[in-house]
Amino acid sequence: MDQSKIRNFCIVAHIDHGKSTLADRIIQMTGTLTDREMQAQVLDNMDLERERGITIKSQAVRVIYKADDGNEYIFNLIDTPGHVDFNYEVSRSLAACDGAILVVDAAQGIEAQTLANVYLALDHDLDVIPVINKVDLPSADPDRVIEEIEDVIGLEAVDAPQISAKTGLNVHDVLEAIVNKLPAPAGDPKAPLQALIFDSLYDSYRGVIVFCRIKEGTLKAGDQVKMMATGASFDVVEVGYFGAGQFIPCDELPAGMVGYMTASIKNVRDTRVGDTITHANNPAKEPLPGYKKVNPMVYCGVYPADGAKYPDLRDALEKLQLNDAALQFEPETSIALGFGFRCGFLGLLHLEIIQERLEREYNLDLVTTAPSVVYRVHKTDGTMLELTNPSNLPDPSEIDYMEEPIVEAEIMVTSEFIGAIMDLCQERRGQYISMEYMEETRALIKYTLPLNEIIYDFFDALKSRSRGYASFDYEMKGYMKSSLVKLDILINREEVDALSFIVFEGTAYERGRKMCEKLKEEIPRHLFEIPIQAAIGSKVIARETVKAMRKDVLAKCYGGDITRKKKLLEKQKEGKKRMRQVGNVEIPQSAFMSVLKLDED
Amino acid sequence: MSGIELYIHIPFCVKKCLYCDFLSGVFDEKMQRRYVAALCNEISFVGKKHRGQNVISIYIGGGTPSWLSEDLMDAIMTSVKESFSLDPLAEISVECNPGTLSSEKLNLYRSIGINRLSIGLQSANDDELKELGRIHNYNRFLHTYDLVRKAGFDNVNIDIMTGLPHQTIEKLDHTLKSITMLRPEHISAYSLIIEKGTPFYEKYRFDAVKQEAGMPTEVLPTDEESYRLYKYTMEFLESKGFKRYEISNYARPGKECRHNIGYWDRVPYLGLGLGSAGLYDNKRTSNTRDIYKYIEISEEIAKGNLPESELSSPYYESEEALSRNDAMSEFMFLGLRKIAGIRRSDFVQMFGIDIEAIYGPVITALRNQGLMDAAEGRLFLTDLGIDVSNQVLAQFLLD
Repeated sequence: MDQSKIRNFCIVAHIDHGKSTLADRIIQMTGTLTDREMQAQVLDNMDLERERGITIKSQAVRVIYKADDGNEYIFNLIDTPGHVDFNYEVSRSLAACDGAILVVDAAQGIEAQTLANVYLALDHDLDVIPVINKVDLPSADPDRVIEEIEDVIGLEAVDAPQISAKTGLNVHDVLEAIVNKLPAPAGDPKAPLQALIFDSLYDSYRGVIVFCRIKEGTLKAGDQVKMMATGASFDVVEVGYFGAGQFIPCDELPAGMVGYMTASIKNVRDTRVGDTITHANNPAKEPLPGYKKVNPMVYCGVYPADGAKYPDLRDALEKLQLNDAALQFEPETSIALGFGFRCGFLGLLHLEIIQERLEREYNLDLVTTAPSVVYRVHKTDGTMLELTNPSNLPDPSEIDYMEEPIVEAEIMVTSEFIGAIMDLCQERRGQYISMEYMEETRALIKYTLPLNEIIYDFFDALKSRSRGYASFDYEMKGYMKSSLVKLDILINREEVDALSFIVFEGTAYERGRKMCEKLKEEIPRHLFEIPIQAAIGSKVIARETVKAMRKDVLAKCYGGDITRKKKLLEKQKEGKKRMRQVGNVEIPQSAFMSVLKLDED
Repeated sequence: MSGIELYIHIPFCVKKCLYCDFLSGVFDEKMQRRYVAALCNEISFVGKKHRGQNVISIYIGGGTPSWLSEDLMDAIMTSVKESFSLDPLAEISVECNPGTLSSEKLNLYRSIGINRLSIGLQSANDDELKELGRIHNYNRFLHTYDLVRKAGFDNVNIDIMTGLPHQTIEKLDHTLKSITMLRPEHISAYSLIIEKGTPFYEKYRFDAVKQEAGMPTEVLPTDEESYRLYKYTMEFLESKGFKRYEISNYARPGKECRHNIGYWDRVPYLGLGLGSAGLYDNKRTSNTRDIYKYIEISEEIAKGNLPESELSSPYYESEEALSRNDAMSEFMFLGLRKIAGIRRSDFVQMFGIDIEAIYGPVITALRNQGLMDAAEGRLFLTDLGIDVSNQVLAQFLLD
């Protein structure tokens, strides 16, 4: 295939601006799929993605486009996630591309993540072509959006296709722009092989399927290859490209192509995303630059509800980690929850997605503890401890001072909600940085915020106080010295390690009180009274009581139908099994996440 | 008295009550005749397998068995007597609803050996009866009760319910006073349970959830109120000389329902009729719940064709062999429903092992919590334990 007839590109957009719909339309209009095969949002093939309407994992597809110039072009379209938590995924997808289509909603205009994603694309030296979507909406204002793109991003947008991905209007212009405005890949098919791993997945028959972009050289079945970072060697079994929803084998992948390879790779750790594949006998001199490594910012304990499923959980986490390098985990134990893992995530959405994938794709029933950020504990002996689990906080007498991570948050909001959003940031210990009007009715507000104030329910609060209009992005800014305490929860006078959390001293009382109230709702009545206390050290700062149950009796006539009676008792017993026993109190699994819902009312 | 018990199900009602989820429906007389014919076939079919076994009690439940015409009830009892050996002292009960009995019917009942009647009153307040969708009012009940006594029945139960919509202590007090004045031998006091598939479920399910959660309710009594209603019933009835012998059953001394006690003591019983349950040969059985299928099976058997079935009886819909653990669990959770509890020696005799070896830790924990007590070789629940008996009994289930 002639390299000049290949286009490797991705689509970037703010969440909901129509990225996946445009991808669907492109796949449909290039004719690789018949209308009958066309299922809404082909690329979002995880159930979870389709349900939530967001793209989590990047996916790739190869389509053939017969352009107006009469030539056939190969399009390798790589879908990217839109959410801020998945910047890392975006980054890996971009590394496989030469260009990007920027989709902007004709009514909403530029949003925080539009900017974040465009900057990421420009960082990767990609050519970006803007596309204005949803022009069929009554509130569409393409002229204003063109102006915004030119003023704010500095991209020429006068000729930007004005489309409706939903109806297919003007999508042809996008296809032509891809041919005419995006560059063909470079690279010498005869040079030593350098192929960038940008994703992978595990298939129980074929082992790890590695997604790669061939930068230099050619990859063929039968080649002996080496992973430059891990050093592992394999014999390539199969190479191919991505059909819509399926893998299509081919003879070789030359420089410029995007595709996959399999090599009976059993150990998921051998193929690290970002690593470079080269030939074992004619290796490249150096690996391709990997991309920016991201560190987890949020940690929480993940435990199997049934302790016997611990090995299954480890297995599932390993498989997920294979194509989600940002997920980290290590074993830990809790007195209340038994054996589990402390897992690191990019953010709260990432956490939720992983949790749901574990539950759905791997059929695991999980208990997760309240998320925590990474605190830096400076001890009096001069050493520093990075604390990911509140239970490991050293004795206060050993602590000199503590630091917590802070972020710079950018919040885009319509002017009527500016006051409400600023109040919210103040409540969450935010430091005002700046406010910039993007246009008359919209402003970009910047605040420094402690990460621990936004990991719980900041998104929800933001959405509710702006009636859904605010959008939000953040970036790590480092650490700040802070006055922090560990809040312990005692249930029936026993400390429950999995419920401890670290909190800003000034809000500890309030948090403790709400936590006790919430737990009072969560813990069912027992045959005895249960005190719930929040304490800092040995000082109790809040208390609630779950009253003893007085009546639970089945005074019903079932005749001789004993089976029915037994089923009722069995249900009761089964319900108890789903609880965690701490001392002689049964705590429902949901209680361990209740700290997340403290501000719901 | 060793032997077996019979439960006979009559699935017909004049009208379905709004809270009722029992297997019953409104069927015309033609259908009732077909059913009773099928039932008599089953009785004789099953009777053949139990020849020589002493039947110590019969309970004809429903539905409203008293709605059946005289000849049908006569046919049922005749076929029982032909097919089983009936103990001369057997307790034979029939469930009745006010307004379905006449003195002729009652005289017939007496003549065919029925010696105990259970009348479904539920409440002495007409507004409550209306709310429940009952076919009678209190006056009608009084009339029926009078007929029953005049016919010479000296073993009569009255059913009442607590936890009704809008029920207050005053209303319950009125019901309790009214019925105790009549001096029945036995009183069953059940709680209203909002069951799926009933009109009450559609109407009150949210309230029922609130009740369970201890939240304020709209129509049903709150959790706290229903606790008071339940306690009040117990104290009132005991003060009038009714002894509570099981969670929801009260009787004058010596008038406990033997058939019911049989259920708690795991006496073997055969279930006859649509959907009825049995315990025999260490198996829990259950007849088909499909009335047309039930009739068809009987008709086939009458023709001399035995329908094929993998279960021990072609009438069975299910049959569950009890493991030793199942049997021990049942012994405990059924036996402990009796106020007198269970005898340690019975456990040893039944299972050949000391009860402490199986349930030692559970018993100790419950006794420490004041939910269970022991005396004279018996183990029983305390008042506190009975109040929360679901929680307590569930702990005796073995895996």
